[in-house]
This record gives sequence, structure tokens and C-alpha cells, in this order.
Amino acid sequence: MSIAEETRTQTQQGVATSTYPKSNYLTSEHTVASWLLTTDHKRIGILYMISITFFFFIGGSAATLMRLELMTPRGDLLRSDLYNRMFTLHGIVMVFFFLVPAIPAVLGNFFLPMMIGARDLAFPRINLLSWYIYIAGGLFALAAILWGGVDTGWTFYTPYSSMYSNTNVLLAATGVFIAGFSSILTGLNFIVTVHKMRAPGMTWFRMPLFVWAMYATSIIMILGTPVLAITLFLLALERVMRVGIFDPALGGDPILFQHLFWFYSHPAVYIMIIPGFGVVNEIVPCFSRRKIFGYRFMAVAMMAIAILGFLVWGHHMFVSGQSMYAGIVFSIISFLIGVPTAIKVFNWVTTLYKGSVSADTPMLYALGFIGLFLIGGLTGLMLSTLAVDVHVHDTYFVVAHFHYIMVGGQVMAYLGGIHFWWPKITGRMYPEIWGKLSALLVFVGFNLTFFPQFVLGYLGMPRRYHEYPAEFQVFNVLSSAGASILAVGYVLPLVYLLLSLKYGKIAGPNPWGATGLEWQTPSPPTTHNFEETPIVTEDPYEYEIQEGPSV
Amino acid sequence: MSNAVVQEEPALLSHFDDLQQQDDSTKLGMWTFLATEVMFFGGMFLAYILFRWKYHAGFAEGSLELIWQAGFINTGVLLCSSLSMALAVDFAKLGKLRPLLINLVITMILGSIFLGVKAVEYSIDYRDHLIPGLDFAPHKLVEKLDAAELGHVKLFFVLYFAMTGLHALHMVIGIAAIGILAFMIYRNKFADGTTVESLGLYWHFVDLVWVFLFPLLYLIDLNHNT
Amino acid sequence: MWDFPLFPERASTIAGRVDNVFFVLMAISVFFTVLIGFFVIFFAIRYRKGSQADRSHAFSTNLKLEAAWIGVPLVIVLGIFAMGTQVFVQMFIPPKDATPIYVVGKQWMWKVQHPQGRSEINEIHLPLGRPVRLIMTSQDVIHSFYIPAFRMKQDVLPGRLTSEWFQPNKVGRYHLFCAEYCGTEHSKMGGWAVVMEPTDFEKWLKGSPNGSGGGSSDAIQSMATTGGRLFEKYHCTGCHGTNSQFQAPKLDGVYGGQVPIMAANGKDVEFVTADDRYIRDSILLPKSQVVAGYNPVMPSYKDVLKEEELLQIMEYIKSIGRKEGAR
Repeated sequence: MSIAEETRTQTQQGVATSTYPKSNYLTSEHTVASWLLTTDHKRIGILYMISITFFFFIGGSAATLMRLELMTPRGDLLRSDLYNRMFTLHGIVMVFFFLVPAIPAVLGNFFLPMMIGARDLAFPRINLLSWYIYIAGGLFALAAILWGGVDTGWTFYTPYSSMYSNTNVLLAATGVFIAGFSSILTGLNFIVTVHKMRAPGMTWFRMPLFVWAMYATSIIMILGTPVLAITLFLLALERVMRVGIFDPALGGDPILFQHLFWFYSHPAVYIMIIPGFGVVNEIVPCFSRRKIFGYRFMAVAMMAIAILGFLVWGHHMFVSGQSMYAGIVFSIISFLIGVPTAIKVFNWVTTLYKGSVSADTPMLYALGFIGLFLIGGLTGLMLSTLAVDVHVHDTYFVVAHFHYIMVGGQVMAYLGGIHFWWPKITGRMYPEIWGKLSALLVFVGFNLTFFPQFVLGYLGMPRRYHEYPAEFQVFNVLSSAGASILAVGYVLPLVYLLLSLKYGKIAGPNPWGATGLEWQTPSPPTTHNFEETPIVTEDPYEYEIQEGPSV
Repeated sequence: MSNAVVQEEPALLSHFDDLQQQDDSTKLGMWTFLATEVMFFGGMFLAYILFRWKYHAGFAEGSLELIWQAGFINTGVLLCSSLSMALAVDFAKLGKLRPLLINLVITMILGSIFLGVKAVEYSIDYRDHLIPGLDFAPHKLVEKLDAAELGHVKLFFVLYFAMTGLHALHMVIGIAAIGILAFMIYRNKFADGTTVESLGLYWHFVDLVWVFLFPLLYLIDLNHNT
Repeated sequence: MWDFPLFPERASTIAGRVDNVFFVLMAISVFFTVLIGFFVIFFAIRYRKGSQADRSHAFSTNLKLEAAWIGVPLVIVLGIFAMGTQVFVQMFIPPKDATPIYVVGKQWMWKVQHPQGRSEINEIHLPLGRPVRLIMTSQDVIHSFYIPAFRMKQDVLPGRLTSEWFQPNKVGRYHLFCAEYCGTEHSKMGGWAVVMEPTDFEKWLKGSPNGSGGGSSDAIQSMATTGGRLFEKYHCTGCHGTNSQFQAPKLDGVYGGQVPIMAANGKDVEFVTADDRYIRDSILLPKSQVVAGYNPVMPSYKDVLKEEELLQIMEYIKSIGRKEGAR
């Protein structure tokens, strides 16, 4: 019998599983110091979860104001400069303080060690340091917001950001610079942990795909983020010392800034989706009761995407003034990334085949991910197409594309992962009806918000506009209406997940009957995860079709 | 050293299974960190090389203002400090604490000499008004060059101070780390070979960055005819 | 509010080709979205927990399937790449007989200057059926000159010239937008591209509403003529004029040809094409490329000339250059 089988049978037989373990990582110590000075990767994951949720709602508030403004063609709700600060805030906060850390720093921190049978990450104190660095960066970003904002866009293009903007560019850039080191330390920790701390018997190709996803993401984090750091440093130098690094009036080159910036920021978007792949890779097999189709291809595809991601940054610059030949090279490599990505989508669908599919909330999020990410990826191919990109670059088409990937993809995967692992993290179940309702609201709200933006983009509505020609209004209104639904879909989980901490059904160690070492521990786990280091003898995802989990 | 042994083996942190895993993790961690440092310094080197290619005349003028002899001394000093560090690592692995501590202290002294020479260089630059932002007005060059080229000289110095400043910051951190390590070894009467080796890796890396900085900043235009 | 378009107008010769590429992409995307969507829903229903479907012989690896969905997408993406690149090359390389029109972007307006002399703000009048090449620069930050109906945009950079070309093929008024965020009033930095019948355009160029022709004292001067006067006003003739005693290259016949300049090592001679960039850099950064055999004594006019004056002088130098224009 597989491990999953055993646990599920035990659950069905009510064997010692439905009690809430009195001593676990949450209850072992209660003082504030025990949380703020913890080196337990699970507590650090919780610290991150609270902080990124905070930043998500800050970024979301900015988006709310933006969509309210955009309901009418005239700029009547916000003055121009305030709107410009809003979209900059939205971008900086959502990219650097939510999307980049969310899955790795919350779910990765929590589950990477458990999935490989380790008691913690390789460097627990550095893990805590990375959280403090994240908070420090966040404080700088908040200071930039509160002291008048930044209006350069999250892309900080020069010479506007270095010589012309009168806003808190330096503060914001410092916040991002600092947060980057949090990223680097997390990635470093994950890489060493995966290489050196796998339990006996856990070969590379027996690791859960979520671990592969964390590893691929970490490679990008450690190689790409330092380049962003140096780019922001040079930007700060130019702004403070008034030298011409990027400003042509002083002899600098603004295109150099774009090359340096996108050299990090393109791989960064893979930091913002590969973890989502990892979560979906765990949810789909569990709720199909089937081994994932094409495990090795899935693992290698994620690594390929991570590596190829470093070679395509110029597709953000097709009309920047870079040469036609550069554009052609970046275009063809961008297309090639579509291939490993396609493999993943096909393999997920094939995993459903001859499975036993249940539509629990995590699965709803995962299936939603597959559809929405697919659309995002296909429109990415459109943007890689040189002729089309000339027309839609810097329009709402691009905005729609990346929101399909980052929100329709990554945020849905994050929510799916939170719901999937909530029983393990907290020992409680959330109310399934509300879970399903929220997933549905998010899916519908998301599509209504962002699909009209494809139309707007092809019509020619540029991005970062708070006033627009009247003929664009209908689609803007649709988009804002969708945003209101989406907002409800995001607030609901905050409410019912918090309530479940007190009122939720006790979960037991493995309510889903999932494979994976993390499910072999009590819910919530003890501080040291495993009393003895487990010995791994099976491949991952050894599901056998049965009547499914009982909770 | 007295015969009373306080510590025989390095402390095993509770999340590791055995010392081998702990040592391997520490070393891989340092290598991974150094990979990020390569990308970090690499970006600045790239900017410097690109602008040197674009503004060769101004950059050459700037480079000629540097005191290559100081850079030469510093290169020698750093290379010797890498030697003392490598010896320290060896002695740590052999468990010979006294020579280990002596070599760590030598490394710190040599590192401090490096910083001292750099401080002298910087103060001369200040005196000669070569520091952008601090009354930048290179007298000799003002007569020779027009405004655009002076701008290039200023850019050279911004990059020079940024790159050597970042390097010096890494040196300060390294010296402090060696100091802390030496103190702990002295107090505990025990040295963990892996820890010393990892710090050695960091130190050699910082030395290596200087080995690239020195020719690119100081030597490259010595034969330039203006 | 209810009179809204779903698809942009097509007003240039390339627009149709861009749309065709887009429609192919749409078709492929719709196909795969429907295909995947169908299978997700179909499998989720057919193989739902508790259903009686046949689940025997389930498999987790199948090299043939993997190869299929590596190979097929690879072929498809390479095909799309080829198609898109072909149209892109047409969009990027202008025809040799394209009329230049000069554009200066600044926060937050567009200044358009026709070589025949007429200038306009936030509008660009264009003749139907003739290729036009925009030569653009910015006075401050990066902007982008975007006409959705033409499916064309190009970033406009400070410190250098960028270029885009199109051939309008439908009379009308079309949106002009700035498409690169440039500060507070970015959303307002736009206007109209007005495509006119050629005869109407000629009348418009001459300036007065009833189209009275040249010869009157308030006739509009061409950019080259204005540039020629500026060439004298700023004493360029002092060195470059025919009667000058100073050693400076004469500029007749220069534009469009090859110019020998001193290489960086001070010894070798390289040849560069005297195109728009060369002329502009010679005026703003004269020491960066010195003609072989001459001393580097020309001062820079960077803080002397306004952008429009620079473009007018460029037009003048182009007008006395070789007729087979380079770019």
C-alpha cells in the first residue's frame, strides 16, 4: 500500500488522526520574541504570509482607485500626478513585495524542508534575516508612498526617473534594492537545502515538482536579482551625483538602463510564475488521484524556462530604438520558451485523463490557473511576434497579458496552495462552500476585468493613461465592474480563513489523502517536522484510484 | 595552548543530520553567495567597459589621474593577504590554532593596509578635486578638455569611486568577519575548518575582484598618448 | 457611449498585414484555448470521482505524446516567428523615396515640422498614398509616437534620432498617442494624424486657407531655407563657407556619401556614412568623429541650438548633399 493509501485508510478508520496535536510549531512557545526571533522555517513562513497579505491589500487599494478613475474618460477622480503615483505604487508593491516573495517565501519556506524530509532549511538564521530585510525594504517603500509617492512607473525608465521626476525615486529604489537581498538570501537557502538536505532515498527525480519549482525559481533569484541591485544603484548615482550614465543630456545612454533593467526583470517574471507551476503540480495529481503525467518532462521544462528566461529580455524593447537584428534574435528565443511551457499545460490536462477528479477548492484554483495561464501564455506569443508587438507595445494589451499570467496564474496558484495546505499549516479546514464561491468569484471577476483590456489594447489605448478617448469607455467600465467582483473574491478568503482558525473543522494529518512527506506529519506539524529523518522509497505522486479522500 | 580541551568537534546545528551535511551546506552556501556577487560586480564592470569604449578619451584622462603605484602596492598587499588566508585555512584543518590565529591576524593587518592606502588615495583625490559631488574641478584637465569630455572624466570617477568603494566595503566586512572569527577561535580554543574555509573563499573572491579592478582602472591607459 | 469600436480602423498599407498576422495568432490561440478548455472540462466530468468511466491502463509517461507536443508547438511557433518577422522587416525598413517629416517630442506635446516649412503642434498632416518617414527626437525624456490606425509606433529618445515610416492609404482623422510614460500629462500628450488627398495636402502645406501659392512675402519657408539662414546666423559659414580661411570640411555633397574620419587610435582612417545621425553628432559632439586631415577644433552647439533649429540645419545640409539620400 502506498503511503497515501495508508494515511487515507487510517483517516477513514479514525485512527488517532482527528485530534489537534497539542504541542506543535504554533503552540510550542507563545512569546512575541519566540516569533520575532524564530528560526523555525514554518513560523518564518507565517511571518511572510502576514506581511505579503498586507502588501497585497496595499497594492490592491491602489488598483481599486485606478479602476474607479478609469470608469470615465476624463481624469475626474484623481489628478494626473496622483494617478501616476497610484500605478507606480501598484506596480512596485505588487511585483516586489507580493508576487516575487509570495509562493516561495510563504509556501516554499513552509514546505520545501518538509517535502524533502528535512527538519529545516540549510540556514535558518539567514532565513529569518531575509524576512527582516524584506520588512526593511517594505518600510522604505512605504515611506516613499507616504512621503508623497513615486511617479516613474515600476520600470523606472531614464532619464525621467533619474533627472526629471520630482518624486521619491531614491526612497522607492532603496526599498526595492533592499528587498532584492531578501530574495537572494531565500534563493541561496533553497538551493543549498535542495542540494544537501534531501532525506535518504530522495533522489533528484523523486523530489516533488514543487521542490523543482522552488529550485528553478531560486536559480533565477540568485543570478538575476544582483543585476537589478546594481541597476538601481547606478540610477541612484546618476540622480544624486548628476552624472550621465543613463541621461543623454549628460552623455549617458537611456537604452543601457533598459537593457540592465530588463536583464533582471524579465527573469523576474519567471520568478513570478514558476512557483505557481509548482503549486499546480502538487494539486492536480492529488485531486485527480493520479500520478502527474510526464514527471521528468515537467521538471526539466521548469529548468528550461528558468534558463531560457535569461536570454529574452530584449522583447520588452522592440520599439525602443534597438536594432532590427536584436529584435529578431530576441523574438525567436522568446518563441522557444513557449515550447516547454506548452509541455506543462498538455501534461496537466493529461493527468486528468483516467483519473478520479474532485472539484475541491484547491482544484478549482488549479484548473482556473491552467485556463487563464494558457490565455496569458498564448498572448505572450502574440507579443513575441515582432509585427504585432509594434502595434500593441505599451498598450492595454500588454497589461492584460501580464495580468493573465501574474493574477490569473500566480495569484490563483497562491490561493490554491493556501487552501490546499491550510489544513497542514493550521490544523483546521476552511468552509468548502465559501472556498468554492470565492474561487468562482475570482475566476469570473478576473476575466471580466482583464479580457476587455485585450480589446482596448488592440484598439490602441496606451497604458498608464488616466484619461482616454470616449470610445474606449465601454470596455473600461466592463473592466472596472470585473474588478469589483474580483475584490470581493479576494476579501472573502481573508475572512473565512481567519475564522477557520477558531471555528474550522479539525483537519487531521492528511485530509486530502495526498502523497508527499509533508502529509506524513501531524497537522499542524511539530517544530522539528520529523522525529526521525524519513527514508524515501517511492516515487512521488503514487496515487491509486479509489473513492477519493474523506474528511 | 593548554591541554584542557574545551571543544573537540564543531557544534552540529540541530537541523542537520551530520557534520558532513553541515560542512557541505556551508561551503555550497558560500559558493552560491559568491555567484550572486559575480553578477553584482559584473553589472558595474559592464557599465564601465561600455562607457570606456564610448568615451575613451575622457576615461583615459581620468585613469591617468590615478596613482598606479598605490594600486600596485595594494595589489601586492592583497595577494599576500590571500596567501596568509590560505595558510590560515590549512592550519585550521590541521587543528594548529596558534599559526591559524597568527595568519588570520596577518590577513587583517594586510587588509587594513590596503584600506589605509585607499584612504590615502581618496584623500589625495579630494585634495585634487577629483571626487564628483565634492567640488569636482580637475584643474589640469579643465584647460585641456571641453565640457563634454570633462563630463566623461566625471563619469569615469563616479564609476571609479563606486567600484572601488563597493570593493572597499566588501573588504571592511571581510576584515570584521575575520576579526570576529579569530576572537571566537581564541575564546573557544577551537576552530571549525569549514567556517574558516568559507571565509577564505569570500576573501579570495574579494581579492579576485581587485585583480580585475586594478588593470581595468589603473593600468589600462598608462601608455595613452593624449 | 454606445457607439464604440471593437477593432481599430486600418489607415496604412501595413495595417492590413499586421492584422493578418494577428488574426492567424488569434485563430491559433482560440483553437488551443478551446481545445484545452474542452479537454479539461471533459476529463473533469467524465473522470469525476465516482463516475463509471473506464480507468484501466492509465499511464504516466508516453514519449510519443511528449514528442508530439514538443514538435507541434515548435513548428507552430517557428512559423509564427517567420510570419511576424517578415512583416516587421517591412515595417522597419522604409522605401528610399519616403518623404521625411521631423518630429520633436517634449513634455507634453508633439512638434511636427514638414521639410517644406509648415509646422504644427499635436497634429500631423499627411498625404494619402505616399510613404512618409518620421525623423524624431525628444527634448527631454523618452516618449513614443503611436498612431494605432497605422499600427505603427516608435520610441522617441532624447539625444538621438529614431525613425518610423508608414504609407497612409485612407483619408481621415486618426488618433495620435504618446505611448511611453513621460510624466504628469502623459495621457494628454496626443492629437491627430490627418490624412488628406494629395492635392488638399499640397494646399495645406502652402499654408493659407485658400491655398494661394508661393511668392507672397508671408509664404512658408522650407526647412532647408530656414536652415540655410541659421547656418549663417550661427556662423557656420565662418569655417565651412566657401570663402572661409579656416580649415573645415566643405559640406556640399557630403550628406549621403562616405566620410573618412580618424579612428580612436589616432592613426587609422575609417569610413562612415554621412547619414542623419552623423550630421547631428557632428554638430552636437564634434570631437567624437573628426574628419581625417582636420584638427578637432569645432566647438559643440549642444547648448546653443534648439532642437527645431538643429533639424532645420540638418535639412539644409541634406539639401546640399548627394541626391541619392542615405539615412
